[in-house]
Amino acid sequence: MIRVCAVDDVPAGEGRAIEVDGRNLAVFHAASGWYVTDGVCPHRGGPLADGIVADASVICPLHERRFSLRDGREAGGSLCVATFPVSVHGDSVYAQIDRLALAA
Amino acid sequence: MSSAHVVIIGGGIAGQAAAESVLAGCAHGAVSVTIVAAEATAPYDRVRLSELLTDSLGAGDLALRPAEWYADHDVKLRTGVAATAVNTAERTVRLSDATVLAYDALVLATGSVPLLPRLPGIDLPHVHAFRVPADCAAIGAAARPGVRAAVIGGGLLGLEAARGLVARGAAVTVVHLLNRLMERQLDAGAAEMLLPKLEALGVTVALERDTVEITPDALCFGDGSRLGADLVVVSIGIRPQVALARGAGLQVARGIVVDDWLATSAAGVWALGECAEHAGTVHGLVAPIHDQARVLGAAVNHALGGTGPRPGPYRGSLPWAKLKVAGIDLVAIGAAEGDAEAISADTGAGVYRKLVVADGRAAGAVLLGDIRGHEALLAEIGAATEVSDPLERLAAAAALTVAELPDDAQICNCNGVCKGTLLAAVQIDGCGTPREVMARTRAGTGCGSCRAAVVEIVTAAGGASVEPHFLCACARQTRESVAAAIRQERLGSVSEVAARLGTGRECGACKPALAYLVSELNDNRHREERHARFINDRVHANIQNDGSFSVVPRMYGGVTTPDELRRIADVAERYGVRMVKVTGGQRIDLLGVAKADLPKIWRELDMPSGHAYAKAVRTVKTCVGADFCRFGIGDSVGLGIELEHAWEGLHTPAKVKSGVSGCPRNCAEATVKDVGLVAVEGGWQVRVGGAAGATVREGDILATVTTRPEAIRLATAFLQLYREEADYRERTYDYVPRVGLERIQTLLMDPNRVATLLERFRIAKAAVLDPWLEREHPYHDRQFDDLDPITAEPQPGGLSTPRIELVGPPTGGTR
Ligand code: SRM
Ligand SMILES: Cc1cc2nc3c(=O)[nH]c(=O)nc-3n(C[C@H](O)[C@H](O)[C@H](O)COP(=O)(O)OP(=O)(O)OC[C@H]3O[C@@H](n4cnc5c(N)ncnc54)[C@H](O)[C@@H]3O)c2cc1C
Ligand code: SF4
Ligand code: FES
Repeated sequence: MIRVCAVDDVPAGEGRAIEVDGRNLAVFHAASGWYVTDGVCPHRGGPLADGIVADASVICPLHERRFSLRDGREAGGSLCVATFPVSVHGDSVYAQIDRLALAA
Repeated sequence: MSSAHVVIIGGGIAGQAAAESVLAGCAHGAVSVTIVAAEATAPYDRVRLSELLTDSLGAGDLALRPAEWYADHDVKLRTGVAATAVNTAERTVRLSDATVLAYDALVLATGSVPLLPRLPGIDLPHVHAFRVPADCAAIGAAARPGVRAAVIGGGLLGLEAARGLVARGAAVTVVHLLNRLMERQLDAGAAEMLLPKLEALGVTVALERDTVEITPDALCFGDGSRLGADLVVVSIGIRPQVALARGAGLQVARGIVVDDWLATSAAGVWALGECAEHAGTVHGLVAPIHDQARVLGAAVNHALGGTGPRPGPYRGSLPWAKLKVAGIDLVAIGAAEGDAEAISADTGAGVYRKLVVADGRAAGAVLLGDIRGHEALLAEIGAATEVSDPLERLAAAAALTVAELPDDAQICNCNGVCKGTLLAAVQIDGCGTPREVMARTRAGTGCGSCRAAVVEIVTAAGGASVEPHFLCACARQTRESVAAAIRQERLGSVSEVAARLGTGRECGACKPALAYLVSELNDNRHREERHARFINDRVHANIQNDGSFSVVPRMYGGVTTPDELRRIADVAERYGVRMVKVTGGQRIDLLGVAKADLPKIWRELDMPSGHAYAKAVRTVKTCVGADFCRFGIGDSVGLGIELEHAWEGLHTPAKVKSGVSGCPRNCAEATVKDVGLVAVEGGWQVRVGGAAGATVREGDILATVTTRPEAIRLATAFLQLYREEADYRERTYDYVPRVGLERIQTLLMDPNRVATLLERFRIAKAAVLDPWLEREHPYHDRQFDDLDPITAEPQPGGLSTPRIELVGPPTGGTR
């Protein structure tokens, strides 16, 4: 597990971009929990961290594709973003990111 | 009883249709289906492929079914895996990943691949087929202004490809071997009339050109001539994929030979779609696939011991096609020529309509430029109806409305949906709106050309033509119902509404609308929650296609000073702004700014936000006016600046753009603004509901008043009324006609009403702050910042070790 940020770094209901080993990911503080996903929308590269977050999904700000934060699947479509297991410990948010795979 | 296993090879339209037909015909759980699909994506709508070139769609948008469908229907979808061998004796299929699947019934839906002529140069990297998303990606990447593109093949697909290339700015020539286009569907007359239509779209057509070689920058023809081409798309036909069937010993001619029940020569194996040959014909269109799938599903279930009806035989399909090229209406049905023909042509108008009759019965039609009545003609040709007076039939068809069509008339070609199915969706299944009907029947979800007809049928059948306007579609709550709860329970934030009513929790799309409603009803004394705002309103700048932002400082009335311009210039240089642009709204846009630079730029500009990113009061455009202009009769600049100061910073249901012109010459375009003031002899004309964007609408004259204060008062009362009554995202050009100009006039004639509107306006405005001041007092510490990056330092051994601490799995629960 990697510590990605402090719980105060992402306001409730929002997302923030983070770069891990050069790859853009997004950290979300949603009503149903914390999530870490790919940060780049598979549609046309929109920044998912800037999207509108619902209980367990995010809407890309560029063309409004919506992705489940739980499994990364697009609602009503077939796009998909990677998701990473997350847990919160004390003031910190941790994610299990296979960093060697990322770097590859 | 264990369920029978149906394996379908091929995840195209045919594979998907076969799966659905098999499932529809059996009791739940009696059959389990596996689709083996060589392509990497779930089954998608190949018919819409060219949208990848013309619209901003990605391959995922073309999915035939959402990802959940497969799980919901217990269909195992194995994408990216090909079937490599079939053993019909043991009833097994071997896959490319070395697994072996046992089947009770096998359906081959392997489709076809593009036919590529064996020409020198066909393998060059600038030569592409037009069949799969990867082709579109390659074509799309290469096609741009200045590129010379050639399309080899002037059939349906070739013309579609040409259209897509033109849309991307390339110079396009369609090269065709024969002396007329689309010779399989059209007669000489229609083909002739198609030429000017294509030329009008910017497509050049070269007929009777026999390509003998492709070089890196040209096509060489048999007559020795050449055509410069940097990009070549080949679309000359298809080749059914029959290798798997042949390897299994099935009877194969051009396609896999099937009988009237779509059964192949091997027991337990069926085939359909572009890989199948029935009665000597291989169909290359979608409609026959649906005809075949219906019979195939029933036949497979029957063979597996199902109790459903014995399927009727498949007797072939009527070939018919609609050209999907925006700007050209063309439908060709059945035979293009026959022993009797009725033609009505109007060369000037570009209309050509022809009905072909054989042995006294309808046998074919070609409709170009005016395709009215094609659904009716399709039904008549399909049924080979007797025709005594073809010309009269042709005219009568054009006059038919869809309401008069027979129930078996096919409306949606892509998904094989007939009118009766649409009616049943409304009358039996209780779908209330076109959208629900489309979701249920899938009509209109393919190429979309039948959508207008679907709406007409649904409306005529008693469905509503428009959806009730929901603020939150997931929870089916209207603006009125949410507003009532906010008022009654004095809810002061989006979270409170969400907790109380569930609004915005499911998909979140309505959160900005909810945020506006909460702020408006609380006179801007709500508790602001940025998570409910679109990113633009979280960082007060407009997001760009690359995730950067634009900055438009306010310039009241379009008037600026040398000092402001100097600061803008300095900022632009210091922050490496990618483009400085004068906007259509009379101010200056700094484009391509990084999010983290926004607060710094605002500080150095020291100008208020122009709200160019928000649903808010935007610009007040002005013309020179009475101070300088020789025609000016009103001080448009003064009034415009006063109005902009008075309104600045207020959020509105949709953006509000205004204009003030100093005389009826109207140089500030005030008559096409949400609010427009025009100086006339003796006063000011106040117009509302104008627009000149996606919709163009001349503003309605609300009133003509004599003084400047009266003009501001009336315009402001209107603005507040609109703020309180309009739906989110409803521009004034929709709001004014919806509620009616007269009603607005009546309300705004009432001095008490105006006084209360202005009072609420004043209270709301008093709570407005320049959002760019958040540069000093951010809403959140990381309002403009990404999280700190995490990097691994490369280690000498090549492996990387993270620089940050690695901790074991935390023990605490998630939150
Ligand atoms: C910058 C500007 C173009 C320019 O370079 O001149 C512009 C740029 C955009 N316009 Fe515009 N519009 C601009 C003047 C206009 C005008 C002309 C005017 O304001 O006088 C119109 C027609 C007038 C009207 O709105 O009635 C106009 C009609 C639109 C529309 C169509 C609205 C409609 O309902 O018809 C949209 C789309 C929308 O709002 O949904 C739009 C949307 C956009 C957006 C915000 C698209 C978006 O959501 O990202 C563009 C942002 C580009 C970017 O990346 O920053 N823009 N846009 C102009 C800014 C004016 C300003 O100073 O604020
Ligand atoms: C750009 C374009 C526009 C078109 N427009 C229209 C139109 O407007 N109207 C119309 O009626 N038709 C149109 N068509 C034709 C229509 O798309 C086809 O008729 C239809 O898609 C054929 O479907 P299919 O499932 O039979 O074959 P395919 O779409 O070829 O699907 C077969 C699938 O099976 C897979 N496969 C093959 N072999 C194996 C194997 N061994 N193992 C696993 N998988 C395998 C293939 O990879 C493929 O994905 C258009 C076609 C194109 C390319
Ligand atoms: S017209 Fe407006 S919305 Fe369209 S590209 Fe230009 S700036 Fe963007
Ligand atoms: S880039 Fe995300 S929806 Fe288009």
